[in-house]
Parts: sequence; C-alpha cells; structure tokens
Amino acid sequence: MFEAIAFYLFAFLTIAMFFITVTTSQALYALTALAAGMIFISAFFFILGADFLGVVQIIVYTGAVMALYAFGMMFFDTTRDVKEKQGNKFIIVGLSTLAAILVVVVVAVPMVSQNIVALYPAIDGVGNTQGVGMVLFTKYLIPFEVAAIMLLVAMVAGIVLAGKKMDLSITLMNDAEIKEKNKKVLS
Amino acid sequence: MMEIGLNHYLVLSTILFAIGLVGVMRRKNLLLLFFATEILLNAVNVAFAAISHYYGDLTGQMFAFFVIAIAASEVAVGLGLLIVWYKRHNSIDLDALTSMKG
Repeated sequence: MFEAIAFYLFAFLTIAMFFITVTTSQALYALTALAAGMIFISAFFFILGADFLGVVQIIVYTGAVMALYAFGMMFFDTTRDVKEKQGNKFIIVGLSTLAAILVVVVVAVPMVSQNIVALYPAIDGVGNTQGVGMVLFTKYLIPFEVAAIMLLVAMVAGIVLAGKKMDLSITLMNDAEIKEKNKKVLS
Repeated sequence: MMEIGLNHYLVLSTILFAIGLVGVMRRKNLLLLFFATEILLNAVNVAFAAISHYYGDLTGQMFAFFVIAIAASEVAVGLGLLIVWYKRHNSIDLDALTSMKG
C-alpha cells in the first residue's frame, strides 16, 4: 500500500522534474530540476532496498556531479535563453519512444523467457551495504580497480583541460593586460 | 494496481529514457545536452536496481555503481573540453561545432 503510494508519487515527481530539465529554456532551471530529479531517483533505490546505491546516488550525483556542473556554468554565459533545434516534434518524440521501448525489450526478453537465475544471490542475514561490499570485493574486484583508474585518468584530464592559463591571475592584472590576454585567447 | 512489480519500474525507466532521448535530440546547447545524457544514465540505473531487487541478485546494483562512476568521469572530461571550447569560440552551441563540414 505505502510502497505503491511512494512509487507513484516519486514516479510523478521524477518525470515532472526531468521533463522540466529537457524543456526549459533557462540553464539554471534545468540544473535545479535535474538535481531534484536525482534526489527523487534515489527514493526508488531506497524503496527497492538498495540503500547503499541510494546514498551513493545522493552523494555522487547531487553532491559531486551537480556541483561540478554548477562550477562549470560559471565559465559559460548562461543568462541568455537557449535556442532549440527547429525539427519535426512528432519525429523526435516518436523516435525517442521507439528507441526507449527497444532498450527495455532488449533487457526484458531474457526475463520473460524465464531462464534467468541469480548469479550472485543476495546473502541472507546481512544488510544491503554489507552484501554489496562482499560481492564488490570478491567477484567484481578487477572492474572496481579499473573504475578507480578510470576516475583517476578522468581527474587528470579534467585538470589538464580546464586548468590551462590558470597561472595568470586576473585579479592582479590591470585592464589593459586583461584585454591583451583576451585577444590572444580568443583569436 | 496496488502491487508494484518489476513491470512498473521498467515502464518508468522507459518513460525516463524517452524523456532523455527527446532532450538529446532537441537540445542545441552542449551543457543541456550533457544534462540529457545524465537523465539517460539514471533511467538505466533505475531499471538495474529494480531487476536486482526482484531477482535477488546483486549484480544489477554493481552495474549501477559502475554506471555512476562512468557518469562522474564523463562529466569531468566533458566539462573540461567544454571550457576549452568556450574559451576559444565564445559559444557552446552545437552549430559552432561544424568546422569539419566540407
């Protein structure tokens, strides 16, 4: 009963938030709505008993990814309205729905044919976090390490790409010098 | 109606995925294009977690973790590239990216 109420409430809220994200013309509204949608997605994880995944969703997505986007937006001119592609709306919506249904069919066909068995069944008597740790550090240890290396490489790439010309201090230069620098960067 | 099954979650995942695809197709601004890809990844995460729960298997949650890790690194690299592009061209519209047109 309560599960159904929670599911429908959060489903409505998530769809509404993501709909705002893809339709609004203000980048700031899109960012805020996306952050709210991420929080509501974590509610599904808590309903499904995946407590650790829900906490990770809140920390990583709303805490790290959204903060990174917010910092990134300071570099861009986000005050002006966003222009949209002028295409056929029916084609866009139809193609998207078709592709999404195809993805679900691909995932659901093995389950409908009922030949799916739990490879690593949830262990009885331990919580979700403990079970996740047991599976992650035994069966999925190598992918875990590879993911760690990938995150390290992404961090280095982010610093190298975004940190160019960070050795100049704009606050310590006078206006003429800044104009000269801007001319060089923009050309 | 009152019993929430796996199909409910898969339908929700489909709707969210469709919303994300609409965003990918109609957005011109690269930053908002990134937002739409985040929606796609989240829609798949919901499906993974639901399958993991209804089949009593933790593999779905593992994949959701790796998807989150990939999303985080994608944002780091993508935003870095976007900042470089914006410094050089002063706009992040997709139309400005047609420099390879013959």
